[in-house]
Amino acid sequence: MRRNSPLLPYLFVLPMVGLLTFVFGLSLVRLVEFSFKQVRGIDGPWIGLRNYDLVLNQPLFWEAVGHNLQLFLVIPVMVVIALALALLLYERLPGWRIHRTILFLPYILAIPIIAVVMKQMFQFSGPVNTVLSALSLDFLVLDWIGSADVALWTVMGLILWRETALGVILFLSRLMALDETLIEAARLDGAKWRHRAWYVLIPQMRGVIEFFVVISAITLLSAVFAYVYVIGGGRGGPGTATMVIELYIFNALIRTSLPGVAAAVSVMLFLVSLLLVWALFRVRRRGAD
Amino acid sequence: MRPLPHLALTLASVIALVPTLFMLVTALKSQEEYQADKTGLPDALVLDHFRQILFDTPIFLWMLNSLILVAGSVALSLAVSCLAAYAIARLEFRGRDTLFTLSTALIAVPPVVLIVPLFVLYAQIGLISTYTGAILIYAGLITPFSVYLLVTFFRTLPQELIDAAVMDGAGHLQILLRVVLPLSLAPLLTLVIVNALFVWNDLLMAVIFLQDDAKKTVMAGIAVFQGRYNNQIPLTMAGMAVAAAPMLILYLTFQRHFVRGLMAGAVK
Repeated sequence: MRRNSPLLPYLFVLPMVGLLTFVFGLSLVRLVEFSFKQVRGIDGPWIGLRNYDLVLNQPLFWEAVGHNLQLFLVIPVMVVIALALALLLYERLPGWRIHRTILFLPYILAIPIIAVVMKQMFQFSGPVNTVLSALSLDFLVLDWIGSADVALWTVMGLILWRETALGVILFLSRLMALDETLIEAARLDGAKWRHRAWYVLIPQMRGVIEFFVVISAITLLSAVFAYVYVIGGGRGGPGTATMVIELYIFNALIRTSLPGVAAAVSVMLFLVSLLLVWALFRVRRRGAD
Repeated sequence: MRPLPHLALTLASVIALVPTLFMLVTALKSQEEYQADKTGLPDALVLDHFRQILFDTPIFLWMLNSLILVAGSVALSLAVSCLAAYAIARLEFRGRDTLFTLSTALIAVPPVVLIVPLFVLYAQIGLISTYTGAILIYAGLITPFSVYLLVTFFRTLPQELIDAAVMDGAGHLQILLRVVLPLSLAPLLTLVIVNALFVWNDLLMAVIFLQDDAKKTVMAGIAVFQGRYNNQIPLTMAGMAVAAAPMLILYLTFQRHFVRGLMAGAVK
């Protein structure tokens, strides 16, 4: 290989271009194509907007969308809890390193594993209800997994439990990077902890908080498959109580073999994700930590 | 001195720890004891469930499958990404910036969007339930972020190092291998961790593209596991503990790299 060959850079990037074209490029083109076709097996006739029409008029699709939107309710709760825990860790109380290790543990455990464990804990005759009735909190003894009214809230609790850990770590690392002099000055002025947190620390964390909000929105829209697959027994159950967009695509593709319909939903999900990512890039540029 | 912050942190830590403790404690109970007492500590440690999991279930096969996929896709993606990132960060060529923008933008594509076209394509060319097929998909999914991270890092290396190597008559491939990569061990380790965790923990691609029993990954395996041993909860928990062990051990050993890697990987 000649050292100054003008072709050399292209040889270096060629494998990457090939791999990304195979996995993303061709896929995205064919995805759009399939969404306008009645695909049987590997191809099918052009049917215009009929797939979109079918999906948009199906109550189950809107139920799935509604469920994803309901998951978004977790975001403000995660932000508040993660912020509180990060600020507490930042106080560097004795033993804070052990707390940090433990608080990040939920994010290390794989979603399928933790979902199986939680599913057993929250069974109607499981340990959570045992403890609740021992504490005389009988009104809280619910059929967490088996009741269609409660199951999605249980999934939300599980998501909250795991994804908050990421917020804690992101917020803590931002705090650690802050300029200490201002904080020290506030401390010497005798400012109370909550005043220091509210007036000195939190205003400097806007960027990272916005970043976490957008990241979480993307996760809740397009990366909760593993949670509902385990909790809902692979079918979004009980009934359709935990059906989400990803599972809808999965079912249309694998269970009912309607790739065209699955493609139409994927295209719409992709467009909404693009919007969120655009928001993410704006947030990151402004947040600049 | 200040009881309230301590109390709050301790409460949060307990909540974070309870599921893991429940998993371990239950795995050590006998079936009868669990039926009678779901929350207490085990009377006598029962190791039989672990024996059953390790020797009577295919969990080792599943873990081996996961390991093959992790090793294959992480190695492939790393090789491809290092080459491309070196060219993008250090060489001049037409279309360079466009290429980098495009590949970075792909970080944002949700994996679920790709399953329809890839499934149809793989059914057509016979790549369903093959290691090759799954490795290509995983390698593709983790490459945009790897390229992004490596380009940002390679750009921070001093130009004199590369100029000196060029003066010594080294080609660019040699410079990459002998000068640049040895200086990039920290970002490379971060990438290996983030990417390995992503592939090891993935369920979506695993249940779609590796349907064959002999090719199941550990995550797909345990997702059906609970159905098969539904009423044998201690046995199920022993399975979960075994499946969680590799990542738990890695986390406790390499905590700093894990945390750094996951923060960097949060943009995925």
